[in-house]
Amino acid sequence: MDSTTSPSRVARRVRELPFSGIRKFFDIVAGRKDVISLGVGEPDFNTPWRIREAALWSLERGATHYTANRGEPALRQAVCRYVAKHFGAQYDWDREVLVTVGVSEALDVAMRTLLNPGDEVLYHEPCFVSYRPTIVLAGGVPVCVETRREDDFRLTRPMLEAAVTPKTRVLLLNFPCNPTGAVLSRADVEDIADFCIAHDLTLVSDEIYAELTYDRPHVSFVSVPGMKERTVFLHGMSKAWAMTGFRIGYACAPADILENMMKLHQYAIMSAPTTGQRAAAEALDHGDEAVAQMVAEYNRRRRYLISAFAEMGVPCHTPAGAFYAFPYVGGFGLSSEEFALRLLEEHQVAAVPGDAFGRSGAGFLRCAYATGMDQIRESMRRFADFVDTLRQEGRGA
Amino acid sequence: MDELLTLLQNNARTSVEDLARELGTTPADVAERIDRYERDGVIRGYRAMISDDLTADDRVTAVIEVRVQPEREGGFDRIARRISGFDEVVNMYLMSGKYDLLLFVSGKNLRQVASFVSERLSTLDGVLSTGTHFMLKTYKEDGVLMAGEVQSDDRLQVSP
Repeated sequence: MDSTTSPSRVARRVRELPFSGIRKFFDIVAGRKDVISLGVGEPDFNTPWRIREAALWSLERGATHYTANRGEPALRQAVCRYVAKHFGAQYDWDREVLVTVGVSEALDVAMRTLLNPGDEVLYHEPCFVSYRPTIVLAGGVPVCVETRREDDFRLTRPMLEAAVTPKTRVLLLNFPCNPTGAVLSRADVEDIADFCIAHDLTLVSDEIYAELTYDRPHVSFVSVPGMKERTVFLHGMSKAWAMTGFRIGYACAPADILENMMKLHQYAIMSAPTTGQRAAAEALDHGDEAVAQMVAEYNRRRRYLISAFAEMGVPCHTPAGAFYAFPYVGGFGLSSEEFALRLLEEHQVAAVPGDAFGRSGAGFLRCAYATGMDQIRESMRRFADFVDTLRQEGRGA
Repeated sequence: MDELLTLLQNNARTSVEDLARELGTTPADVAERIDRYERDGVIRGYRAMISDDLTADDRVTAVIEVRVQPEREGGFDRIARRISGFDEVVNMYLMSGKYDLLLFVSGKNLRQVASFVSERLSTLDGVLSTGTHFMLKTYKEDGVLMAGEVQSDDRLQVSP
């Protein structure tokens, strides 16, 4: 066989890795005109000018070199101040903080640092598309716990108790959650913390959407006594500060875990982008007001979507965090994908089929409200027209 | 400030139904609050934000610093009312510092603005001096960027 077409050129574990369900839908949407996309998992806001201006200034001053592997001291200190103020945990900036290329890198490095081959990782679905592959590539065995609409997609201790085994080493969580918009209450967080302690698990908590909560403030796992010592806390600048393109995330963890994560980061990455680090320091120290303005706007869009779905008679739990609504469209007798394709082809609205985020997302649709209010209004008019069409076809209630 | 006012300030053309959805309330409630704001003078009007640089009719705007003699009774208010009554004056503020009133004066051309300053404004009793600066280009007005193109959304259409 010609070696250039031989499948064996690519390692089996990568060949066998499925493409993201998002990518498939992206290919279908790409290049279409007049589409309103509710499929975008990043803020429509540009990075607040004050932050961009700090990045420009850093370039003008020639800050274009590598930084310390763990990140610039000034940024790590800003991270510690911010985490102490907003999440209620004190970290040592020199030994317990690692600045990464987005939370994606931090998650990958955390998994590879924590897992031996065959170790089981509990995580919840529907979830962000990279969790399962990241666990697999780190040699772990992903064990999924499915969250349900009846519980507003919260995760509860009984669900975890049913899935834990003697091989379970790590619990991976993401609340507020992409794609469901679910959040955990303080009682939920304390219950799950007790679970981690009872089974001696390490928690990897991706709290990238922490600032984007609407009905009650976010409760961080690191604020619970006894949890900071067993938690890898992940956060970053992409969502709340609208800084996706800067690619800056960070991990806070006990020093013994963190210094081993640092080795992987050092060999693969060297250091996170310097311009992004300067911008991130500005954002953490001076970005609260800009974040509050964006959160207020997301909240208006969220209320708009909730009202619009209610008026259409499309069931949708109230998403209390992140910037996603997750309506249930399974009552129309179409799969999520069929629904999404017809919505796209007949009404030029793109939303991501829920099963792209795990099997339990089947029947749902992820609608991101990180897009302008005018677009949201128009998309909901089109959505309502589509629902009318389906009902005229005799589908659904 | 009431969130409803913020929304109207951003876009006064939003329908009552849409405002109600954004605020999580009923159209009747929104309509009633708007009526009350209009009655109470909290809302003073609605208008479009127009980039003068892109319209065909050239207009000239001058920023004028005015020093005035305050009066024993009424301070600056009487003279301020008198000046602000002129149609040519589009914005006017009482300021701290080296001058007292700051005026934005608009006219069809430079001559018209100059004649307003020399014939109307400086000759008023109580006006001690004026300093006129003509505006060359508008970059930002009321929080809206006015120079350059309207920005497009260049994000990926679908992302995780």
